[in-house]
Amino acid sequence: MTEQLDAGVVARQIKESDLLGGPGGGNEVGRARRRKEDARLVTGRTQWTDNIQLPGLLHVAFLRSPMAHARITRVDTSVARTQPGVVAVFSGADFAAEQGSLPCAWPVSEDIVIPDHPPMAVTEVRYAGEAVACVVATDRYKAADALDAIEIDYEPLDAVTDMTAALEDDSPKVHESGNKAFTWTFAQGDIDAAFRDAPVRVDRTYVQQRLIPSAMEPRAVVAQTDGDSFTLHSATQIPHILRVMLALTTGIPEHKLRVIAPDVGGGFGSKLQVTAEEVLCLLITRRLGKPVKWTESRSEGNLTVHHGRDQLQRISVAADADGRVRGVKVDLLADMGAYLMLVTPGVPLLGAFMYSGIYKMDAYDFTCTGVFTTKMPTDAYRGAGRPEATFAIERIMDELAAELGMDPIELRRRNWIGHTEFPYTTICGLTYDSGNYEAATDRALALFGYDKLRAEQADRRERDDPVQLGIGVSTYTEMCGLAPSRVLGSLSYGAGGWEHASVRVLPTGKVEVVTGTSPHGQGHETAWSQIVADALGVPFEDVAVIHGDTSSSHKGMDTYGSRSLVVGGVAVVQACEKVKEKAKQVAAHLMEASPDDVEFSRGEFRVRGTGTSRTIQEVALATFAAHDLPDGFEPRLDADATFDPDNFSFPHGTHLCAVEVDTETGATRIRSYVAVDDVGNVVNPLIVEGQVHGGIAQGIAQALFEEAVHDADGNLLTTTMADYLLPSAADLPAYTTDRTETPATTNPLGVKGVGEAGTIASTPAVVNAIVDALRPYGVRDVPMPCTPERVWRALGPARTTKSTDGGLS
Amino acid sequence: MPRISVTVDGIRYDEEVEPRLLLVHFLRDRLGKTGTPIGCDTSNCGACTVLLDGRSAKSCSVLAVQADGCDIVTIEGLAAGESWHPMQKAFHEEHALQCGYCTPGMIMAAIDLLHDDPDPSEEDIREGLEGNLCRCTGYCTIVRAVRRAAREMSQEQEGAAAS
Amino acid sequence: MIPASFDYVRVSSLDEALETLREQGEEAKVLAGGQSLLPLLRLRLAYPGTLVDLGRVEELRGVADRGDHVLIGAMTTHYDVVASPVVREHCPLVALATATVADPAVRHRGTFGGSLAHADPAGDLPAVALALDMEFVVRSAAGERVIPAADFFLDYLETALAPGEILTGVRVPKLGPGWGFHYEKFHRTAQAWAIVGVAAAVRRSGGVVEEARVALTNMGPTPVRATAVEQAVRGAEPGGNGGAAGGALRAAAERADEDTDPPADLHARPDYRRHLARVLTHRALLAAAG
Repeated sequence: MTEQLDAGVVARQIKESDLLGGPGGGNEVGRARRRKEDARLVTGRTQWTDNIQLPGLLHVAFLRSPMAHARITRVDTSVARTQPGVVAVFSGADFAAEQGSLPCAWPVSEDIVIPDHPPMAVTEVRYAGEAVACVVATDRYKAADALDAIEIDYEPLDAVTDMTAALEDDSPKVHESGNKAFTWTFAQGDIDAAFRDAPVRVDRTYVQQRLIPSAMEPRAVVAQTDGDSFTLHSATQIPHILRVMLALTTGIPEHKLRVIAPDVGGGFGSKLQVTAEEVLCLLITRRLGKPVKWTESRSEGNLTVHHGRDQLQRISVAADADGRVRGVKVDLLADMGAYLMLVTPGVPLLGAFMYSGIYKMDAYDFTCTGVFTTKMPTDAYRGAGRPEATFAIERIMDELAAELGMDPIELRRRNWIGHTEFPYTTICGLTYDSGNYEAATDRALALFGYDKLRAEQADRRERDDPVQLGIGVSTYTEMCGLAPSRVLGSLSYGAGGWEHASVRVLPTGKVEVVTGTSPHGQGHETAWSQIVADALGVPFEDVAVIHGDTSSSHKGMDTYGSRSLVVGGVAVVQACEKVKEKAKQVAAHLMEASPDDVEFSRGEFRVRGTGTSRTIQEVALATFAAHDLPDGFEPRLDADATFDPDNFSFPHGTHLCAVEVDTETGATRIRSYVAVDDVGNVVNPLIVEGQVHGGIAQGIAQALFEEAVHDADGNLLTTTMADYLLPSAADLPAYTTDRTETPATTNPLGVKGVGEAGTIASTPAVVNAIVDALRPYGVRDVPMPCTPERVWRALGPARTTKSTDGGLS
Repeated sequence: MPRISVTVDGIRYDEEVEPRLLLVHFLRDRLGKTGTPIGCDTSNCGACTVLLDGRSAKSCSVLAVQADGCDIVTIEGLAAGESWHPMQKAFHEEHALQCGYCTPGMIMAAIDLLHDDPDPSEEDIREGLEGNLCRCTGYCTIVRAVRRAAREMSQEQEGAAAS
Repeated sequence: MIPASFDYVRVSSLDEALETLREQGEEAKVLAGGQSLLPLLRLRLAYPGTLVDLGRVEELRGVADRGDHVLIGAMTTHYDVVASPVVREHCPLVALATATVADPAVRHRGTFGGSLAHADPAGDLPAVALALDMEFVVRSAAGERVIPAADFFLDYLETALAPGEILTGVRVPKLGPGWGFHYEKFHRTAQAWAIVGVAAAVRRSGGVVEEARVALTNMGPTPVRATAVEQAVRGAEPGGNGGAAGGALRAAAERADEDTDPPADLHARPDYRRHLARVLTHRALLAAAG
């Protein structure tokens, strides 16, 4: 099958010279190394935040609002204070003077309204689950018990859970300023001309349901103080950002605050946050002078870990009769929930530039309105804005194909950017540096057996089989590797997008790498070791990676947005280059040669054309001894690098999904799933495959299973895993995955990032497949998640006319 | 307060416990056996799975008092020194974990699965692990790991029988 | 989350259990395997004063062949029920349905009697009990009584068990030769409760359905016996799917939702449940009629 790929830049073997631009490369990068992280994880010797035990540790439990919207009229903690084991009880009023407001770092527009967001509600609650009081007790059981003894009276206020209703004039107001948080627009090209007299036009509305990220490790916080400075352990993705933000919020000086992310059990964006509980635990420990721990329960987490998605997308596409896309218009409502948290308003912006997907077009018009509702705030969830955008464009491309009576692959071929056209600046203003949509698609079609499945589909349609076959296509790209600081600045984000690394060679030649990324499952300890092993020519085993503690890793921008390798990995490479340059000076001096005559390969400095050489380990020891170094040479083999990318990276790929839909029950079964992704060069194919698999699973879960459901009063109904359905192994298929490798041209590793690709790609592939199965019944959409009931309802009256004997409805 | 006696990973503990104390909190907070984590309140996620008298059980849904007199094996008790159980090795080899939070429960459930069916098909494995949720891997590598461990454990058994 | 405090008594015999229940009165609750109760305690949806733990009452555990019926001890775990050769031979429908309860770890601890006494209409076993006309053997200080399945399930999570009574075992009548069985469970994920389930037993003779037992999971506050289907299917000839004979089964299944009161919840609305009951009953009948 590989011969079909001639058009592509398919290079599965990474050339050393491609990676590091010189002869110094080894052969670690590209190897399927088993992970260093695993040893502690498979044996239970982990450091989850909840594992931490400290002398005199007290436990915090939060009382949470049972109502979505209410005024707090009375709080009485007197009885709770007398309960066994209770050390203190606090309500919002106790913190009012010092708790500040939880930060929003992304004021996206001039007109944005950023309401005060007290970590503990003082006068009014605006979503069910908002913290209203807390107990500090000697153990977690007693803390939980005393919550029952706190008395709070509420005066109920009207809830508003629906964005469209929230924008009505007579809607209950979440904040006094109203329910509109901001409007953000972007336009390029003449959209009116694109739509005027367009031979074909398709208009659709898609609902991105609200999701609960559901990292397996619930959040946990341990705060302590020695009377002078503070240490906060948190199950967070962002120890560095958290430290800055907590310093700004609590007034604890930054240099008196150490933040540690120990082992963290998954995040998917949900731990990219500055949470009320982190702030409050710090305040409690400051007040009591004692260490405190808080660990959330899953049902508490479903209520109060920020939610994801929740957008209403009105999208229109105009096309010529031959399928050429003329323009795309998007009118987006994005549910902020009750407050703006760390990057809440920025999430839809991360999608704003992706509605053109991989396609060329003449015009694009985008409007986004951020809307307040009385629900938990939304924020980043795997993909953050890009899955939503990709879903909309990939869904409507299938609709356009149906409208034109054209194969959806053919429609895409007519519109996508050809591999010879890179770098290509899209209608959204992004410059895609590289890509090869033809190669990935051809490979996917071959693996999938596209033509054969289409034939089976036709046969089942012909036979009126109650089980129909559908084929879904998703040819996605995404922008990741967040991000060029200048671009973030132009979008009003509060920080930059660089990443930092330090590399130090120890006296014995072992290497420590300090990274500003903060892994929580991604395998940075392994992948960074591979990069360093090649760069410095040391054994993989000789590299240790240090991360997640602001006292040892002083500088970083942490892990999210598929940025760690693309930005942080490159910083590691750059730091290694600096170390190597220093070592070369020492080596040359030791060999009494000019540095210009010294070459480096596989850990050895050699005087060109001679047999004289020194290993990097020998150089390290000599540098440590410092007896005989070049004049003026500072005796250290270490270096820092901070990398700020010029551009995003743009992974892409083609995902194909075949589903069997039982038209009698509405049940969907994924029959086969093929993913061919192009994430550029690959450091560790095992880790890449794992990221793709997990991403696909989460995207399928949005398509089929997951939805945070509120009642009209704003109460969350899916508070447990018995109601919020996460798929198990029994609910998901095996995936066929493969890669094409078109190196990124914007970084020296040629890498693009892989953390979010699978999730972005898979949701539209699955829903497109379901709709494709049901098209003969006149079905044009099934809202997500496509539950059996929703499929059945979408079939509507059609199921009586098409089902086997008409007796079923 | 009831007094219980349990053996955990080969060590016997005699402790007084509140009746409501969950086994998982007994393990974690009382014994310091933090290898077994907690992921939910409804016994759906399976992160806390241990072997209780040889069979998988969700330690969040068992009271410590119910375990009185029982033998418990947790993830911490599988390896002999640094010699890992074949299931631990297989999870490592097949990259069947990412964040690793579900891993202790997943490994214990997988060991239990092979106890009843030493040579399970992919479908058997998927169904047999329906009570353990993983958010990272998408499960394919977990299925592979269980297949690998099954092969290695049956070879070990054959080896033991032959010698 | 964390349970509220309660007292705990572990008993070692049925008599001791009854005595303890009598002493403790209404505040006491029986703890069987705890797989339904523990999550309720953790979510603080139940606040029992005392738990009476039957876990060590050996006389309530095990499966016995009693000639015309099989007696399943109330404290027999789901795992042991499924593994029992007696159950597999004489009550295959029980084995089929029990194997779908929750997941393996829960089945190791959860008990047959506990599930039935919990009486969740979304649980898989109550419908099976109803379909097979099981008999519930109940003991109290006053002695033993036997409650037919049809009289056992009174309302949502409510049974005919009186305070002070303990379910000791369940008699499953042997149906004899000629019967086929099926449990058709429809749920959104493997772990999720059944949206609808159908337990069916069909006896055929000479290619004709002589008798059928059909009961539905999650089609009302209690499991529901689909008597209209049972009557309508009698005499059908399920020779093949789709033909006139298959049509007779389908026609009978069309009556599956008669006299049901399906709930509306997160996972389905009543009209969809009614529709599913009809479709799934047809499938269950087809499978059971083999």
